[in-house]
Amino acid sequence: MANTAHLEAHATGHDHASHDHHTPTGWRRWVYSTNHKDIGIMYLVFSIIAGVIGGLLSGLMRMELQEPGIQIFHGLAAMAYGVDGDAALDAGKHMFNVFVSAHALIMVFFTVMPATMGGFANYFAPLMVGAPDTAFPRINNIAFWLLPPALLLTVLSMFFEGPAGAFGFGGGWTAYPPLATSGHPGPATDFVIFSLHVAGVSSILGAINLITTILNMRAPGMTLHKMPLFAWSVLVTAFLLLLALPVLAGAITMMLTDRNFGTSFFAPEGGGDPVLYQHLFWFFGHPEVYIMILPGFGIISHIVATFSRKPVFGYMAMAYAMVAIGFVGFVVWAHHMYTTGLSLDVQRYFVAATMVIAVPTGVKIFSWIATMWGGSITFRTPMLWAIGFIFLFTVGGVTGVVLANAGADRALHDTYYVVAHFHYVLSLGAVFSIFAGWYYWFPKMFGYMYSEFLGKLHFWIMFIGVNLIFFPQHFLGLAGMPRRYVDYPDAFALWNRVSSIGYYITFVAMIVFFYATWEAFRKKRVAGDNPWGDGATTLEWTLSSPPPFHQFSTLPKIESSNAH
Amino acid sequence: MVTGQFVRKLGAASAAALALMPTLAAAQQGSAGHPEPGQIHLQPSVTPIMDSIVAFHDGILLWTISLIVLFVLALLVIVMVRFNAKANPVPARFTHNTLIEVVWTVVPIVILIVIAIPSFGVLSDQMTVPDGERKYLGANIFSFGEVEVPAASLTVKASGEQWYWNYEYVDQGVAFDSNILSEEEIAATKPGQPRLLAVNNELVVPVDTTVRLQVTASPSGVIHAFAVPSFGIKVDAVPGRLNETWFYARETGIYYGQCSELCGKDHAYMPIAVRVVSAEEFEAFITAFAESRDYASAAAVLPAL
Repeated sequence: MANTAHLEAHATGHDHASHDHHTPTGWRRWVYSTNHKDIGIMYLVFSIIAGVIGGLLSGLMRMELQEPGIQIFHGLAAMAYGVDGDAALDAGKHMFNVFVSAHALIMVFFTVMPATMGGFANYFAPLMVGAPDTAFPRINNIAFWLLPPALLLTVLSMFFEGPAGAFGFGGGWTAYPPLATSGHPGPATDFVIFSLHVAGVSSILGAINLITTILNMRAPGMTLHKMPLFAWSVLVTAFLLLLALPVLAGAITMMLTDRNFGTSFFAPEGGGDPVLYQHLFWFFGHPEVYIMILPGFGIISHIVATFSRKPVFGYMAMAYAMVAIGFVGFVVWAHHMYTTGLSLDVQRYFVAATMVIAVPTGVKIFSWIATMWGGSITFRTPMLWAIGFIFLFTVGGVTGVVLANAGADRALHDTYYVVAHFHYVLSLGAVFSIFAGWYYWFPKMFGYMYSEFLGKLHFWIMFIGVNLIFFPQHFLGLAGMPRRYVDYPDAFALWNRVSSIGYYITFVAMIVFFYATWEAFRKKRVAGDNPWGDGATTLEWTLSSPPPFHQFSTLPKIESSNAH
Repeated sequence: MVTGQFVRKLGAASAAALALMPTLAAAQQGSAGHPEPGQIHLQPSVTPIMDSIVAFHDGILLWTISLIVLFVLALLVIVMVRFNAKANPVPARFTHNTLIEVVWTVVPIVILIVIAIPSFGVLSDQMTVPDGERKYLGANIFSFGEVEVPAASLTVKASGEQWYWNYEYVDQGVAFDSNILSEEEIAATKPGQPRLLAVNNELVVPVDTTVRLQVTASPSGVIHAFAVPSFGIKVDAVPGRLNETWFYARETGIYYGQCSELCGKDHAYMPIAVRVVSAEEFEAFITAFAESRDYASAAAVLPAL
């Protein structure tokens, strides 16, 4: 009834200015929120919390791998489960696998995706296309509020039985059966499956909301080809989510029925095939890695243009390179499976298709540099992160070309070379783009200016730290060290130690990050509507900082041909 | 065959390029079969397949990706120096240059094609078990195949278990388990062998012989992966599937590998050790094994490690 009254009030010419009367306060503002900016902020906070959990898990793994032999996990297992002696050693070995799995799941589903497609996309895609809010504000609310229980399910899974007599799910984020089915008879795996279902529903709802917003709610005059590149990246990513996640949901549902209801989709003794799961998983899994990086591409384009005070070079090529990457991303999945026994012809196809992706990716790298070429560059904090991103993503990209070759992948598959490769594109690529976006939009979201000194300090420490973690892992992989190993032959000790030192440096960088954030809120330096000057041309910079609770009561009209 | 000459020249060029990389070329002299402390490169090769992987990686891929990264880095440094706000206070406004956009689309395609040609050759060799006729690339990956490899004359089946390997000499009908040795066991029985790699019973195969390797896992078990870096082989051991690969080791010695697919608690503790012995030694070993059906007594006929 209240709703009807509200709508009628609108219909009878209710004054827009009095919207502020409806601004909820206190916990209702957040829990009941249908406001894209508030939901965006909640996603970012959620992502930071999950990122801390995932980061601490990786810290314990790096402490374990700092020296050959078992260092800490038998002790952790003794503390957590009250076992000792050989039982603690066994529990510790499994616990390491649990940490490997939880770290990946948390970083992929609860840190990177909520930051980019939850936080930045929700907050800024509507602002950039000149929309007052997203198309389905209540779907937006439920999409966010599904995530905390999903994270909780993943975290809880660590405390339930996995394999007989051990706790947690230790089958990797890929969760290959039969290890994830008959290898883990306990309920821990079911918790993870349920968690992924819930997180998947959340992402699909978010994707529907963002697609509809971007396709239907652009301001008058903003054609798709005038739309800012971040909105393009969100649009492409949302389609990837919409098409890829149902396949994951299907695969893990089949696994769930294999586990609990007597089916045998993936059980060889019942005529099933474990490799079928891998096809389904990677049909989702490969687009998933582009889901994590594409929004970052959009963010970097804006930052590079803003701080070069020059429009994006090759806008159309940039937009359609993302479309191409998204499209080709769906037809390359089995390059994760070269060693499973695929036939020669199948491997040949996936080699060729995978290498094609390097072309649009190269177009993006070179276009960013061309955007800077001839520009008047100021090295503010977001720009440092963006330039760091371009370089590190290039490093991660070229090792991807190496791995694309099935012939070379024979030596590198499931080694630390792969770990180094995907951390260069995700931990150093996607995460750098998230920090770039964080510093770029921090003054817009919160109205305060962060400290340039602290922001740059954060960048430099983290740049050194993450490179020290992941570059030596290329050496380990070439020398043959397999991934997901709790202990390794003594020959691998040197580069593992260097890698662990890199983690501690990165840890310091994260302390600087939290301090910089706290400092910005304490000092309350007013940022102004547009702290970045005439290079920042997208619509969010025309609004106050932070923007009003509801913006664009009068829709902006886009006339300039250079809206992007 | 003009094309043949061309690829031959390319092959020579890639070999020259490899020689120009002194650290890597020198490092290839290191002992094969296990990683060395601080190693930064692929393990040395003892098979035609690993020869081609090393030549492909060190001769082409590593060069290409290093140059691309250095090129991008150089461009970034140039724009940062020439186009910072002090050096260039007034930004240009250009947003298009058709020629350069065509160039940076076409050039990467050409580079990828150059990579793809040897890539397909290396891959085809790996996936084709020798019949005695087919020639293999070996280290000269731009040739059409120069290395002769005899047809497979021994078949071994490796089965991944939780957490050890079971090996079967298929034609002889004998099998044995291969378990990791603890540090104490190494000190007692095989002093000097590397921790986490040494096993009680190595898979024994003859040198200069093509071995057909079948890989699977116990039907009620989980997926493992059989890998020996110096041989250039890695095959998943999937329950209910029989995967196949091959190797032809040209040097005697022990070659270690490790399980390469997450298989549970002791994933890091089921190493692979292949002992390559002379044809005579193998003959003595397999005869003794077939008669006694006891690995330990058969291995006793081999020289002590």
